[in-house]
Amino acid sequence: MEVTGFDTWVLSLAVFLPLVGALVIMLIPKAYESELKLVALGSSLLALVVGAYIAIQFDYGAAGDLQFVVDKGWIDVINSRYIVGLDGLSLPLLLLSLVVVPLCLIYSWNHIPEPGNPKAFFVLILILSTGMNGSFVAQDMILFFVFFEVVLLPMYFLIGVWGGEDRRYASLKFFLYTLFGSALMIISFLALFFLSKDASGELLNTFDMRILTDAAGVGIIKSTQVWIFAGLFMGFGIKVPMFPFHTWLPDAHTQAPTVGSVILAAVLLKLGTYGFVRIAIPFLPEGAIAWAPWIGLLAVIGIIYGALGCLAQKDMKRLIAFSSVAHMGFVMLGIATLTDFGINAAIFGMIAHGLITGMLFFVAGSVKERYHTLEISRLGGLLKSAPRMGWILGFASMASLGLPGLAGFWGEFPAILSAYNPGAGMPEETFRTYMVIAAIGTVLAAGYLLWLYQRTAFGEPPEEFAGHSIADVNRDEWIAWMPFLVGIVLFGIWPNLIFNVTDDVVSGITASVEAIAAGN
Amino acid sequence: MDVLLAFTRPALDWHALAPELTLLAFGTLITVVDIIWDDRSKQAMPTLAGMGLLATLVPILTLAVDGTERSMFAGAYVVDDFSLVLKALFLISGYIVILMSVDYIREGDYYENEYYTLMLTSLLGMVMISSSRDLVSVFVALELLSIPAYMLAAWRKGGPRSNEAGLKYYLMGVFASAVMLYGMSLVYGLAGSTTFNAIAQSMATDTTNPIAILGILFILIGFAFKVSAVPFHTWAPDTYEGAPTPVTAFLAVASKAAGMVALIQLVFVAFPGRDDVVQPFFWVISALTMTIGNLIALRQNNIVRLLAYSGVAQGGFMLVPFAVAAEAPARAFEAVVIYLAIYAFMNLGAFAVVLAVARKTRSGEIDSYGGLFQYAPGLAVAMTIFLAALAGIPPAGGWFAKFGLFRALLDAGGSWAAALGVVVAVNTVIAFAYYARILVQMWFQPIPDGDDRPIAVTGSLGAALTVTIAATMAFGVLPGLVGHFGEVSVLSALGG
Repeated sequence: MEVTGFDTWVLSLAVFLPLVGALVIMLIPKAYESELKLVALGSSLLALVVGAYIAIQFDYGAAGDLQFVVDKGWIDVINSRYIVGLDGLSLPLLLLSLVVVPLCLIYSWNHIPEPGNPKAFFVLILILSTGMNGSFVAQDMILFFVFFEVVLLPMYFLIGVWGGEDRRYASLKFFLYTLFGSALMIISFLALFFLSKDASGELLNTFDMRILTDAAGVGIIKSTQVWIFAGLFMGFGIKVPMFPFHTWLPDAHTQAPTVGSVILAAVLLKLGTYGFVRIAIPFLPEGAIAWAPWIGLLAVIGIIYGALGCLAQKDMKRLIAFSSVAHMGFVMLGIATLTDFGINAAIFGMIAHGLITGMLFFVAGSVKERYHTLEISRLGGLLKSAPRMGWILGFASMASLGLPGLAGFWGEFPAILSAYNPGAGMPEETFRTYMVIAAIGTVLAAGYLLWLYQRTAFGEPPEEFAGHSIADVNRDEWIAWMPFLVGIVLFGIWPNLIFNVTDDVVSGITASVEAIAAGN
Repeated sequence: MDVLLAFTRPALDWHALAPELTLLAFGTLITVVDIIWDDRSKQAMPTLAGMGLLATLVPILTLAVDGTERSMFAGAYVVDDFSLVLKALFLISGYIVILMSVDYIREGDYYENEYYTLMLTSLLGMVMISSSRDLVSVFVALELLSIPAYMLAAWRKGGPRSNEAGLKYYLMGVFASAVMLYGMSLVYGLAGSTTFNAIAQSMATDTTNPIAILGILFILIGFAFKVSAVPFHTWAPDTYEGAPTPVTAFLAVASKAAGMVALIQLVFVAFPGRDDVVQPFFWVISALTMTIGNLIALRQNNIVRLLAYSGVAQGGFMLVPFAVAAEAPARAFEAVVIYLAIYAFMNLGAFAVVLAVARKTRSGEIDSYGGLFQYAPGLAVAMTIFLAALAGIPPAGGWFAKFGLFRALLDAGGSWAAALGVVVAVNTVIAFAYYARILVQMWFQPIPDGDDRPIAVTGSLGAALTVTIAATMAFGVLPGLVGHFGEVSVLSALGG
């Protein structure tokens, strides 16, 4: 498809409009608070409008191909180019990122967390937004790396400045874990650059992700693939986060301000799983086949460990954070099967987890604001004191535990099913065992979520809050939350909205993996 | 008499020597103006020195446009693209240091005119060292840049710490020179010539001679002192802390770069056939320098000392490519040059912020940076950019420098290179831990004394900050800018 005129600009606009907004805000003095906020919201909404245009113009018949491709020179000396493009895998994630940011800005409109300073807060969220959008459309490894890293500092500051009591520890831990992963990731990227060959055995020496996807690791011997994959695994696996690298997540989530948690859960974690599907598996199919059983193992450990962790938590936000570990375990299990079915489920799971867990963090934030605590034992009777919020919490919990008819179901259930029949060349018994363990995980999920709901929403409001009137959901919250709620229902009853878009890309990836497996 | 008569003056290429002569002329001019007008000329000194540096850039530009490689004195003094790129880098760094010095030197009780004369003299040594392809000319250039630096380090003559700084720097520097000279005499004895080309031939043919190994190691160790590589780094933190801050910036950036430039020429031009000695040496030295520099930096409470140890560690990063100089010469070479260029701007920028903040807080403790973001958001953001660059986080410039290291290592391949790559990766993470301590103070902590008056940044300091921020961000977003210079210099120096 020849890209012409305005279409050559749309992806760059969607990526950089928030950054432009951030630069404009930096020039506005602090005193003009409402103007600052308007510019921030305006630029993120404009990016969303561009996103809507992309979604409309997108050729769904050719969702497996990159569209709106722009390929311009960037760093010639290392043969790295500014290549952006969008296919059925990137589109839903880009839209998720574009939707979440303005909603977070609206939610923070009148609740900038302590110590205030809306200017810096909004600038950081907008820079974060550019990093996230860029990661999902970059088609050059160096460009991807730069966007992937741009995300780090703003999140570090969001947690460190506006976070809870232990924010310094949490923010540093988040940063160091991720930085270590990215250092190993860039080594792997370079190894791919130097070792990848095309079908005729010529060295490619390219960072172009399109070419490397086509090359599918031909010419890199298996043992080398395993090593390079290990580096990518560290980079992406820490971000997901996979057991045993997950320990930064509960701390970061618990300490982060509400919108920080929402963005972290809804979008940032997906950068890791996206990296597996976009880069690690298609570039190194043999490495992926060798690693898949171990990834599956870590995924199911994550599912069970996360669930048990949830049962032990006393803090509502920390509980939701551990549930993230469990849910991302399902996503990784789906990816580890290397099947069409499993990877599609995983992508659906990313979107579903983004919406549902994002929603849960929003509610947790609003509860904290009203009760000034998230200690589960001190809460209770939310359905009486703030019935609408109580119902929303119930709804999101049900979605999170995988109730059919809501989005969570379509992420979890097919991921578990796919483990019954893993891709070619994989140990069937092992994956069937994983399937059983993952299924137990869903029972535990129902357990901890319902228990959380019982303790916080049922019964009488506790005595210490008896005299206080607890405000119900307010206008800003309704605006910020409604798209999440609608999305959860919409994708729950109409999952093909996402499956149809992603399937073409996924079958392309699995086909090349199968071809490699058959060749062995 | 006959000997004198037989002397014929070697051909001098005046165009090739124009940068050195311009610099020399301005250095002399400053002295003369000082003698004639004495105190009345003080105001004009920084301007005159700055103009001298900018004027020197003109012949460098014309030489670059001309593009031919010029060699004089039987190959002892060469003007090629590599030397021009580095001469320009020294002059620009020097210019930024002068911008940083103006108010500091004027407001303190310092000799002003001599300060700028010495600065220019030291820069002249640096400009010369990047053209020196001969043991004697390298040594002369090195002493020319070092001796003024010893005096500058002790410029705060009333303060005992500054005197200690100067003395320590001097003693260690002289010791290093002695070791280096001994090595040079051994190498000269074997090669029978002082030019790098002749040495390269002799060293490559006679690979078993232990005296040659000793000579090479002594020369390298001498320069390891200059670039403060572990275990020869012990002078650096005390000197950096005691010296006036602009001088510290000068030592940490320009002086270190000069040592690196000499090492580049020795490794790639004089000892290219001796990777059996050079590579293990640099593998060990770079791994030690990165790791120990970083680990000690973690424990510092004074920001200048922290930057000193961070500079030691950064020097370790720069030494990494030398460990694969034979397997991937072009990439290793490029990596060092690119690292030097980016490092110059990001580190000078960090020192400029330190200077600006010290104008208000009068303190070098990291704790005194508490709440900087609240009363000086611009400086806090600037410092954040420089620290992010030093830590190697895109989109600030430093990532491309680190990327160059990884690229050289992986291009070389092999398990030793890969192992060093992992050491670099681990050290990147350790380094962020102490850069983050400054970030934490600036962004997360309250103002220690509750004094939230803003900081007035003077014009020249503001200019230094603007230049360094612009360069740091430009190198990060469009690394092609600096990558191009790296590539150009490789082509000329390795004859590719």
